[in-house]
Amino acid sequence: MAKKYLMNSKQKSFIHFLMILFLGMIFVSPGLANTISDADFRDSLSALNQKKFTQKIQAIEKLAEFDHGKTRFVMQSLLDGNLFYRKSDKNIFIAEKTDTELVLKDVISLEVIDIVGKRDARKISVNNKIRKLLRLKISAMSLSHSDPKVRHAAVKEMMKKPALETSNILRQYVASENDETVKNTLRVAIALYDVKSDDKSIKLAALDILGESSSLESKYAVLAVLEKDSQASYIEQDQEIIQHAKKILDSIETQLKFYGFLETLFFGLSLGSVLLLAAIGLAITFGVMGVINMAHGELIMLGAYTTYVIQLLMPNNIEYSVLVAIPAAFLVAGIVGIMIERGILQFLYGRPLETLLATFGVSLVLQQLVRSVFSPLNRSVETPEWMSGAWQINSTLAITFNRLYILLFCIFVFIMLLLILKKTALGLYIRAVSQNRQMAKAMGVRSEWVDALTFGLGSGIAGVAGVALSQLTNVGPNMGQAYIIDSFMVVVFGGVGNLWGTFIGAMSLGVVNKFLEPWSGAVLAKILILVFIILFIQKRPRGLFPQKGRSAEN
Amino acid sequence: MTAQAHIKNKSLITQLFMSDKGSQIFFALLMTMTIVVPILHLAVPADSALHVSAYTLTLLGKYLSFALLAIALDLVWGYCGILSLGHAAFFALGGYAMGMYLMRQIADRGVYGNPELPDFMVFLDWQELPWFWYGFDQFWFAMLMVILVPGLLAYIFGWLAFRSRVTGVYLSIITQALTYALMLAFFRNEMGFGGNNGLTDFKDILGYNLQDDSTRVALFLASAIMLIIGYTVAKFIINSKLGRVTVAIRDAEDRARFVGYKVENYKLWVFTFSAVLAGIAGALYVPQVGIINPGEFSPLNSIELVVWVAVGGRGYLYGAVLGAFIVNFAKTYFTAVLPEVWLFALGGLFIFVTIFMPQGIVGLIAKLTSKKNPSSSPPIENQFSEQKPWKSKADA
Repeated sequence: MAKKYLMNSKQKSFIHFLMILFLGMIFVSPGLANTISDADFRDSLSALNQKKFTQKIQAIEKLAEFDHGKTRFVMQSLLDGNLFYRKSDKNIFIAEKTDTELVLKDVISLEVIDIVGKRDARKISVNNKIRKLLRLKISAMSLSHSDPKVRHAAVKEMMKKPALETSNILRQYVASENDETVKNTLRVAIALYDVKSDDKSIKLAALDILGESSSLESKYAVLAVLEKDSQASYIEQDQEIIQHAKKILDSIETQLKFYGFLETLFFGLSLGSVLLLAAIGLAITFGVMGVINMAHGELIMLGAYTTYVIQLLMPNNIEYSVLVAIPAAFLVAGIVGIMIERGILQFLYGRPLETLLATFGVSLVLQQLVRSVFSPLNRSVETPEWMSGAWQINSTLAITFNRLYILLFCIFVFIMLLLILKKTALGLYIRAVSQNRQMAKAMGVRSEWVDALTFGLGSGIAGVAGVALSQLTNVGPNMGQAYIIDSFMVVVFGGVGNLWGTFIGAMSLGVVNKFLEPWSGAVLAKILILVFIILFIQKRPRGLFPQKGRSAEN
Repeated sequence: MTAQAHIKNKSLITQLFMSDKGSQIFFALLMTMTIVVPILHLAVPADSALHVSAYTLTLLGKYLSFALLAIALDLVWGYCGILSLGHAAFFALGGYAMGMYLMRQIADRGVYGNPELPDFMVFLDWQELPWFWYGFDQFWFAMLMVILVPGLLAYIFGWLAFRSRVTGVYLSIITQALTYALMLAFFRNEMGFGGNNGLTDFKDILGYNLQDDSTRVALFLASAIMLIIGYTVAKFIINSKLGRVTVAIRDAEDRARFVGYKVENYKLWVFTFSAVLAGIAGALYVPQVGIINPGEFSPLNSIELVVWVAVGGRGYLYGAVLGAFIVNFAKTYFTAVLPEVWLFALGGLFIFVTIFMPQGIVGLIAKLTSKKNPSSSPPIENQFSEQKPWKSKADA
């Protein structure tokens, strides 16, 4: 995913978050803290500009007592070192550094007030003690937030370093927490601290809670209990605790393995769905028509660029742009496909090796065309809100929405294609021509017309694949080449002229690839798959599911 | 076959080229170039208009090694009907073998000054030379590997593929997979071939500085001589019984099999020999350009190579050479002057040649001259019929 995009989304979500925070503070106005006017807020801020750290700590404590929409933000800025005071008037600003200057912004409105040289303003310095305090205050503020998601994130953050202070804060919130997920996470966070306790009963109870949660953090916490000294005997003296911890560790590991398996399986299916989308158009043109379309990858690229252009055309409706892009990409790629077929391929039927060369020429031209029109740099396509984020099934297993949707979309495309080939007149013609061209012609099928439409259909699906891929990777002139060899492998592996073969081929290659990866590394996994396919073709030269009957004979 | 060869031995060269006007012209041109270019480089003063700069000399030397590679591909594609989309892999393997020798010659003159290990290994903190680098400090051993490594890979790959009768498009695709897999593998640092950066910073070959004029001329001459030898051997193979059988296989594989020829074996030997030629071409290429990296394995390179042969005219050895020179000259020119036009030109060339000039430039010339003079018919008619003849539109 593009870095630029990530930043955007982060900024965006941060702004969203601030707005929610702000609104929450104004309208809900919980009675916990004192609401405060902007002017008072500024006053209490200026107290931060003290020489002595002890005075600063007092200022921060005081600041935390007030409830102002910006309190958390200011504290975070202070923690990040973005809070500056102007030397001329001692006022406090949020500063953004450029190469030579500081852009000073108002603390509340974030409007740019002044741009000064680096020496004209000074950062409000903090030491480690203050940093620790700030972190505590910030998390505590988040824990009382009205949105359970924010609370959950805050607990997760605090879980990273279990300490007495944090666990004490967390304890205050367990009872009042009413969201089940957040409550569970809170209990685990406390257990992570309690498991270090010297009290046997507390320790055993904490172990039990960790055993239920089965996350990586829990595993390491339990492992810490089972730590051994240099003589390889347990540091922990109590046998009961050791036995219990061992049992808990076993159960956590089993669960982790299971979730890890599910995750790898999902990644594999996700990769498989990408492969299938890329390959299925090829399966039609290569399998049904016997045409080697080396420009297939570039048709995918055209689909991705169509998505990009559609987003440029409707910048205010990014949410729907992907839905518009699907038919648009189908049309663009399909029309280009028909042009290739009518303009070049119709002269080359029966000479498959030469279609390979000619379409490779087409792919070079399309690549350069895109480079000339859109620049050789990668373009990033924005992911609509409903596709971003992840479906958090439990603390260890999360499934990103974009991959999930692409998997579903891929199955949808596959079924549509099956229906077209099996249930429509066009499908009937396509199958007839692919099985026996002469006979089909004799029965009155216009084979040339069928050829053009078949090629258009295969190309159109490549375009649709491009829309899906634009949500996963960068859109660039070279993106097509990355998929062409993989697509051919899938088609050849699955068996030419067999859509189900392509389906099973893509999914199994995707899954096998992902299961190999942790063991061998990503590149080696790919190499192994390639070598496997090369060897596989020797054994079964016609793929997993070879075409049967007269049409299969040369 | 030995009996035939014996009869031919008397005047082998004349036998081979007597009736082949194209080859005669090719030889005349190549010989002239081989003699004139070094003289123009060494003897003519640098400010003279006729002077050939070191850059041009190396460029021509590079083209000569490409021409040898094109002959290698023409042998399998033009004469045996095997469209290999992985021939650049054999070229690159030969190049790597040569590169490893040149790398060992650097010895302690590298940046890290390690007498045993090449720089990149020191950089990766390797303690000792991997076993497959042993022996490469010897020139003869490296040259043996230039022949053995591509040859062996082609032999094993071909043995598997031809025995299971993987033909046509399937073969093209798995050869492409082969070179793609090798590219990915060589990109890995753990492989011990310099990873991404490949092998470079060569100093000298057989004790002669690679930057010296005389060394450059020697490499140029070596390339030219290897091209002549490669051409002659290829020509000999084509004119022998082996060559006639491969042409038969190209035109009607099943018929050749039914007549009783072991099609797999013929294909295998031609494929292996072609891979060896490609490896030698790679070994000549590397010292002249001064670098070898995994990019040479890229599938695009293999396909470009196919275009050289297609443009020049497959099924004619001098056609392959002509194509290699023309396309590479155009590439050098366009990428320097109009870089954004090059891919348009190359892509357009692919399309144009496949549709309008299926026999390439030489085929077109042969067609034109044979109309005027019916006695000199083209040597071999190219008809590719190995794939689904019922799909051809000709019989519509």
